[in-house]
Amino acid sequence: MERVTEPPEIRARRDVVPPTPQVVAAPASTERKPREAIFGLEGVQVSYGVKPAVRDVSFEIGRHEITALIGPSGCGKSTLIRCLNRMNDLIPGARVEGRVLYHDQDLYGPGIDAVEVRKRIGMVFQKPNPFPKSIFDNIAFGPRVLGMKGDMDEMVERALKQGALWDEVKDRLKTNAFGMSGGQQQRLCIARALAVSPDVILMDEPCSALDPISTGKIEDLMLELKQDYSIVIVTHNMQQAARVSDKTAFFTVELDDQEHRSGRVVEFDDTEKIFTNPGDSRTEAYVTGKVG
Amino acid sequence: MSAADRTIPPPSPTRRAKDLAFRLALLGCLGISVLLLGVLLYDVIKDGAGHLDMHFLTSFTSISADKAGAQAAIWGTIWLMGICGVFIVPVGVATAIYLEEYADDARWYNRLIEVNIQNLAAVPSVVYGILGLAFLVRGPLALGNTVLAGGLTLGLLVLPVVIISGREAIRAVPPSIREGSRALGATQWQTIWRQVLPASIPGIATGVILALSRAIGETAPLIVVGAATVIAFNPDGLDSQFTALPIQIFDWISRASNDVNNYKPLAAAAILLLMIMLLAMNSVAIWLRNRYEQKW
Repeated sequence: MERVTEPPEIRARRDVVPPTPQVVAAPASTERKPREAIFGLEGVQVSYGVKPAVRDVSFEIGRHEITALIGPSGCGKSTLIRCLNRMNDLIPGARVEGRVLYHDQDLYGPGIDAVEVRKRIGMVFQKPNPFPKSIFDNIAFGPRVLGMKGDMDEMVERALKQGALWDEVKDRLKTNAFGMSGGQQQRLCIARALAVSPDVILMDEPCSALDPISTGKIEDLMLELKQDYSIVIVTHNMQQAARVSDKTAFFTVELDDQEHRSGRVVEFDDTEKIFTNPGDSRTEAYVTGKVG
Repeated sequence: MSAADRTIPPPSPTRRAKDLAFRLALLGCLGISVLLLGVLLYDVIKDGAGHLDMHFLTSFTSISADKAGAQAAIWGTIWLMGICGVFIVPVGVATAIYLEEYADDARWYNRLIEVNIQNLAAVPSVVYGILGLAFLVRGPLALGNTVLAGGLTLGLLVLPVVIISGREAIRAVPPSIREGSRALGATQWQTIWRQVLPASIPGIATGVILALSRAIGETAPLIVVGAATVIAFNPDGLDSQFTALPIQIFDWISRASNDVNNYKPLAAAAILLLMIMLLAMNSVAIWLRNRYEQKW
């Protein structure tokens, strides 16, 4: 995120916390219930080669919550989100230490199959990546490869409705997904992830390639999906984190004595607290736009 | 700045002349190759066009030139291309998939394989003929001078072309497609079979056709593996003897001709036929590329 001048930033912050009625309603209801952890990170360190990219990450991610990971470039937030569904396995030389507990089961423990993990923990990427197939086949791909039984037409319709895309595309399901706008493509990717009925959806800067209107649609969608899914989102957009998330983890980059950069968590707390009354001066400097 | 400095100066004559001279030199070089091709075409068409008729296509070769045709050679070539294609598609595509999707470049043996495939593409074709003779015709497989041995020899010859173009086609599929597929819980093989391969088929098919169009004109390896020159039957199985268009052309040109028995026009007609087949194959390749190529 580029440097933002301070006064409008602070004003925007006050305006957006709490921004919309949906946001006010949702955290209120989750706060009354006892918080249920879906992920427990215990001293997680991810390295590419020998040097750690992010280390000492410990916090809990709650069920039916939106957890935002924010911080400057290179702080390891994308690296971290990719170890929540073992996508880092696909990168040669990537190594995860510590424990990533998912419903108290260590995702990197013996006998855990990464393919099974990814069935339950879906992911949406920075750049929309529809498959070069029809809209229908994009959605149906997941259920097909997982051998899900049932009426495929129904599954596709349900996923597209959940992805807030059905009304726009119901008449052109057989057309190529590449003909959609960027925002529609990203909602297609979200619907595609929903089609396999996951438990958690990871979003790695899902709006960074989109215009503000498409971004707004996706944020509304996230707030709706929170009722049924747990969401973890990496974002460079602090207002976005403030608008949608319940909990926020702030990461920072540290240089060690050999000038190697690695990321670590400075603060993890309720989003409202992070943005209005942060416990660490570095968090305050970042969220108010003084640095970063 | 004075008013005179602000006026745009007239073009410099020497700079324009150099520009023009360079352009003409480039055009001249292009002209040489086009001219050579033109002369070749004119010569072949002048001699051969008159002979390229149904009689030529449906008769076998003969000791009398005016009765001779190229039927055995045409069918021999078709058989060779069929065998070659059946061999190179699965083996070439599988190799390309392994090298692109599975092989770890950090391992020395994978790098060794890669370098060797590049080198194999540059080995003279007659060497493949000797390989075919030693291992397919005689040696371990002992297939004899059959169309199967000929087709497989040509397959070995063009396999590196298929592998290299197949790898390029597979590499052109962006990593984000693989990530998207894997993130939905698809296995590596499901991702390759349902995403990577369908998206790279146009590129692979283009590579296969270009490989076949190289194989169709090969003469030396077929001579070495023992293609027949004068046969009056079409191949009727993998174990039959065979001839092929380039072999037939070579045979007709090397025969003594006189006014009564002139084989030269027959050779010209066969060359024309081979060129038409080549042109058709390359056109299909271009059409495939334009029609199905995926823009990312």
